[in-house]
Amino acid sequence: MNQKKLTIIATKGTLDWAYPPFILASTAAALGYETTMFFTFYGLQLLRKKLNLKVSPLGNPGMPMPLGMDKWFPVLGTALPGMETMMTSMMKNKIKSKGVASIEDLRSLCIEADVKLIGCQMTIDLFDMKRSDFIDEIELGGAATYFEHAGESDVSLFI
Amino acid sequence: MADFDQELDARGLNCPLPILRAKKALNGLEGGQVLKIIATDPGSVKDFEAFANQTGNELMESTEANGEFHFLMKKSA
Repeated sequence: MNQKKLTIIATKGTLDWAYPPFILASTAAALGYETTMFFTFYGLQLLRKKLNLKVSPLGNPGMPMPLGMDKWFPVLGTALPGMETMMTSMMKNKIKSKGVASIEDLRSLCIEADVKLIGCQMTIDLFDMKRSDFIDEIELGGAATYFEHAGESDVSLFI
Repeated sequence: MADFDQELDARGLNCPLPILRAKKALNGLEGGQVLKIIATDPGSVKDFEAFANQTGNELMESTEANGEFHFLMKKSA
Protein backbone atom coordinates (compact mmCIF):
# COMPACT_ATOMS: atom_id res chain seq x y z
CA MET A 1 0.00 0.00 0.00
CA ASN A 2 1.35 3.38 -0.99
CA GLN A 3 1.84 5.67 1.97
CA LYS A 4 -0.47 8.67 1.84
CA LYS A 5 0.97 12.14 2.21
CA LEU A 6 -0.31 15.28 3.92
CA THR A 7 1.08 18.80 3.88
CA ILE A 8 -0.20 21.62 6.06
CA ILE A 9 0.63 25.31 5.83
CA ALA A 10 0.31 26.89 9.28
CA THR A 11 -0.03 30.67 9.09
CA LYS A 12 -1.54 31.68 12.42
CA GLY A 13 0.20 32.34 15.73
CA THR A 14 -2.54 32.37 18.35
CA LEU A 15 -3.33 29.71 20.94
CA ASP A 16 -6.68 28.78 19.41
CA TRP A 17 -5.38 28.59 15.86
CA ALA A 18 -2.38 26.52 16.93
CA TYR A 19 -4.69 23.55 17.50
CA PRO A 20 -5.99 22.62 14.04
CA PRO A 21 -2.59 22.14 12.38
CA PHE A 22 -1.05 20.17 15.25
CA ILE A 23 -4.15 18.03 15.87
CA LEU A 24 -4.45 17.13 12.20
CA ALA A 25 -0.72 16.53 11.72
CA SER A 26 -0.36 14.28 14.78
CA THR A 27 -3.48 12.32 13.89
CA ALA A 28 -2.44 11.92 10.26
CA ALA A 29 0.93 10.61 11.40
CA ALA A 30 -0.85 8.09 13.65
CA LEU A 31 -2.92 6.99 10.65
CA GLY A 32 0.25 6.36 8.70
CA TYR A 33 0.43 9.53 6.62
CA GLU A 34 3.83 10.94 5.79
CA THR A 35 3.22 14.44 7.14
CA THR A 36 4.91 17.76 6.47
CA MET A 37 4.07 21.09 8.11
CA PHE A 38 5.22 24.37 6.62
CA PHE A 39 5.14 27.34 9.02
CA THR A 40 4.97 30.82 7.56
CA PHE A 41 4.32 34.34 8.85
CA TYR A 42 2.66 34.19 12.30
CA GLY A 43 2.74 30.41 12.15
CA LEU A 44 6.44 30.62 13.02
CA GLN A 45 5.37 31.43 16.60
CA LEU A 46 4.35 27.78 16.91
CA LEU A 47 7.96 26.68 16.49
CA ARG A 48 9.53 28.80 19.22
CA LYS A 49 11.52 27.01 21.91
CA LYS A 50 9.39 28.64 24.55
CA LEU A 51 5.80 28.98 23.43
CA ASN A 52 3.95 32.08 24.58
CA LEU A 53 0.72 31.76 22.63
CA LYS A 54 -2.27 33.92 23.44
CA VAL A 55 -5.86 34.07 22.37
CA SER A 56 -7.55 37.37 21.62
CA PRO A 57 -11.27 38.09 21.73
CA LEU A 58 -10.62 41.23 19.67
CA GLY A 59 -12.31 41.08 16.30
CA ASN A 60 -13.62 37.61 17.09
CA PRO A 61 -17.42 37.74 17.56
CA GLY A 62 -17.48 33.93 17.72
CA MET A 63 -15.59 33.72 20.99
CA PRO A 64 -17.74 32.92 24.04
CA MET A 65 -17.15 35.65 26.67
CA PRO A 66 -17.73 35.48 30.42
CA LEU A 67 -20.71 37.29 32.01
CA GLY A 68 -22.19 38.12 28.61
CA MET A 69 -19.61 40.87 28.17
CA ASP A 70 -19.87 40.61 24.44
CA LYS A 71 -23.55 41.52 24.69
CA TRP A 72 -23.20 44.42 27.14
CA PHE A 73 -20.06 45.86 25.63
CA PRO A 74 -19.82 44.62 22.06
CA VAL A 75 -16.47 45.36 20.37
CA LEU A 76 -15.30 47.71 23.16
CA GLY A 77 -15.55 45.01 25.83
CA THR A 78 -13.18 42.81 23.88
CA ALA A 79 -10.68 45.66 23.54
CA LEU A 80 -10.34 46.39 27.28
CA PRO A 81 -6.78 46.28 28.62
CA GLY A 82 -5.98 42.93 30.17
CA MET A 83 -8.72 41.16 28.24
CA GLU A 84 -6.27 39.15 26.16
CA THR A 85 -4.41 37.91 29.25
CA MET A 86 -7.67 37.05 30.95
CA MET A 87 -9.11 35.18 27.99
CA THR A 88 -5.82 33.33 27.49
CA SER A 89 -5.72 32.07 31.04
CA MET A 90 -9.41 31.13 30.93
CA MET A 91 -8.80 29.21 27.72
CA LYS A 92 -5.80 27.42 29.18
CA ASN A 93 -7.79 26.38 32.24
CA LYS A 94 -10.58 25.08 30.02
CA ILE A 95 -8.11 23.16 27.88
CA LYS A 96 -6.69 21.49 30.96
CA SER A 97 -10.02 20.69 32.60
CA LYS A 98 -11.42 19.11 29.42
CA GLY A 99 -8.46 16.80 28.87
CA VAL A 100 -7.39 18.59 25.70
CA ALA A 101 -3.66 18.33 24.99
CA SER A 102 -1.42 21.37 25.34
CA ILE A 103 0.21 22.71 22.20
CA GLU A 104 3.59 21.75 23.67
CA ASP A 105 2.40 18.14 23.99
CA LEU A 106 0.90 17.99 20.50
CA ARG A 107 4.06 19.46 19.02
CA SER A 108 6.19 16.86 20.83
CA LEU A 109 3.90 14.10 19.60
CA CYS A 110 4.31 15.37 16.04
CA ILE A 111 8.10 15.38 16.39
CA GLU A 112 8.03 11.91 17.91
CA ALA A 113 5.95 10.68 14.96
CA ASP A 114 8.48 12.05 12.46
CA VAL A 115 6.30 14.88 11.19
CA LYS A 116 8.57 17.10 9.13
CA LEU A 117 8.56 20.71 10.36
CA ILE A 118 9.70 23.40 7.94
CA GLY A 119 10.08 27.05 8.93
CA CYS A 120 9.79 29.76 6.30
CA GLN A 121 13.20 31.37 5.82
CA MET A 122 11.72 34.54 4.35
CA THR A 123 9.53 35.13 7.43
CA ILE A 124 12.55 34.74 9.70
CA ASP A 125 14.42 37.38 7.69
CA LEU A 126 11.37 39.64 7.45
CA PHE A 127 10.76 39.78 11.20
CA ASP A 128 14.44 39.70 12.20
CA MET A 129 14.01 36.38 13.98
CA LYS A 130 16.94 34.09 14.74
CA ARG A 131 17.32 30.39 13.98
CA SER A 132 18.18 29.92 17.65
CA ASP A 133 14.70 31.20 18.66
CA PHE A 134 13.26 27.97 17.34
CA ILE A 135 13.37 24.31 18.33
CA ASP A 136 16.20 22.24 16.85
CA GLU A 137 13.91 19.80 15.05
CA ILE A 138 12.93 22.17 12.25
CA GLU A 139 14.49 22.77 8.89
CA LEU A 140 14.23 26.01 6.99
CA GLY A 141 13.02 26.45 3.45
CA GLY A 142 10.96 28.49 1.04
CA ALA A 143 7.98 28.18 -1.28
CA ALA A 144 9.80 25.77 -3.59
CA THR A 145 10.56 23.49 -0.63
CA TYR A 146 6.88 23.52 0.26
CA PHE A 147 5.90 22.45 -3.25
CA GLU A 148 8.48 19.69 -3.21
CA HIS A 149 6.27 18.08 -0.55
CA ALA A 150 2.86 19.44 -1.58
CA GLY A 151 3.32 18.35 -5.20
CA GLU A 152 3.19 14.72 -4.22
CA SER A 153 0.64 15.07 -1.42
CA ASP A 154 -2.78 13.47 -1.30
CA VAL A 155 -4.08 16.18 1.02
CA SER A 156 -2.88 19.76 1.39
CA LEU A 157 -4.31 22.23 3.89
CA PHE A 158 -3.86 25.95 4.45
CA ILE A 159 -4.61 26.96 8.03
CA MET B 1 -15.40 -9.08 26.90
CA ALA B 2 -12.75 -11.09 25.07
CA ASP B 3 -9.13 -11.47 26.13
CA PHE B 4 -6.59 -8.74 25.56
CA ASP B 5 -2.81 -8.39 25.85
CA GLN B 6 -2.53 -4.82 27.05
CA GLU B 7 -4.82 -2.18 28.48
CA LEU B 8 -4.74 1.54 27.78
CA ASP B 9 -6.51 3.95 30.11
CA ALA B 10 -7.51 6.96 28.03
CA ARG B 11 -10.15 8.22 30.45
CA GLY B 12 -10.42 12.01 30.63
CA LEU B 13 -8.43 12.52 27.44
CA ASN B 14 -9.88 14.43 24.54
CA CYS B 15 -9.42 14.26 20.76
CA PRO B 16 -6.92 13.36 19.36
CA LEU B 17 -5.11 11.97 22.43
CA PRO B 18 -6.95 8.62 22.74
CA ILE B 19 -6.03 7.80 19.12
CA LEU B 20 -2.43 8.95 19.52
CA ARG B 21 -1.96 6.97 22.74
CA ALA B 22 -3.55 3.90 21.16
CA LYS B 23 -1.28 4.15 18.14
CA LYS B 24 1.73 4.33 20.44
CA ALA B 25 0.56 1.33 22.47
CA LEU B 26 -0.07 -0.69 19.28
CA ASN B 27 3.48 0.03 18.15
CA GLY B 28 4.68 -1.97 21.14
CA LEU B 29 2.50 -5.01 20.33
CA GLU B 30 3.04 -7.92 17.95
CA GLY B 31 0.70 -8.54 15.01
CA GLY B 32 -2.44 -10.35 16.22
CA GLN B 33 -2.16 -9.08 19.78
CA VAL B 34 -5.10 -7.16 21.22
CA LEU B 35 -5.17 -3.76 22.89
CA LYS B 36 -8.02 -2.81 25.17
CA ILE B 37 -8.75 0.90 25.34
CA ILE B 38 -10.98 2.64 27.86
CA ALA B 39 -12.03 6.20 26.97
CA THR B 40 -14.56 8.78 28.08
CA ASP B 41 -14.50 10.96 24.95
CA PRO B 42 -17.76 10.26 23.04
CA GLY B 43 -15.99 11.26 19.82
CA SER B 44 -13.64 8.32 20.21
CA VAL B 45 -16.37 5.87 19.12
CA LYS B 46 -16.39 7.20 15.57
CA ASP B 47 -12.68 7.90 15.63
CA PHE B 48 -11.58 4.40 16.57
CA GLU B 49 -13.75 3.04 13.74
CA ALA B 50 -12.07 5.46 11.34
CA PHE B 51 -8.65 4.62 12.76
CA ALA B 52 -9.25 0.91 12.18
CA ASN B 53 -10.53 1.46 8.64
CA GLN B 54 -7.46 3.43 7.67
CA THR B 55 -4.72 1.47 9.44
CA GLY B 56 -5.82 -2.12 8.89
CA ASN B 57 -5.97 -2.83 12.62
CA GLU B 58 -9.19 -4.60 13.49
CA LEU B 59 -11.74 -3.04 15.84
CA MET B 60 -13.10 -6.25 17.37
CA GLU B 61 -15.41 -4.66 19.90
CA SER B 62 -16.80 -1.24 20.71
CA THR B 63 -19.08 -1.02 23.74
CA GLU B 64 -20.39 1.56 26.17
CA ALA B 65 -20.94 1.13 29.88
CA ASN B 66 -21.56 3.77 32.53
CA GLY B 67 -20.36 6.65 30.37
CA GLU B 68 -17.17 4.82 29.44
CA PHE B 69 -16.28 3.47 26.05
CA HIS B 70 -14.43 0.19 25.74
CA PHE B 71 -12.62 -0.87 22.59
CA LEU B 72 -10.73 -3.99 21.58
CA MET B 73 -8.25 -3.35 18.79
CA LYS B 74 -6.34 -6.22 17.21
CA LYS B 75 -3.04 -5.22 15.67
CA SER B 76 -2.76 -6.10 11.98
CA ALA B 77 -0.36 -8.88 11.15
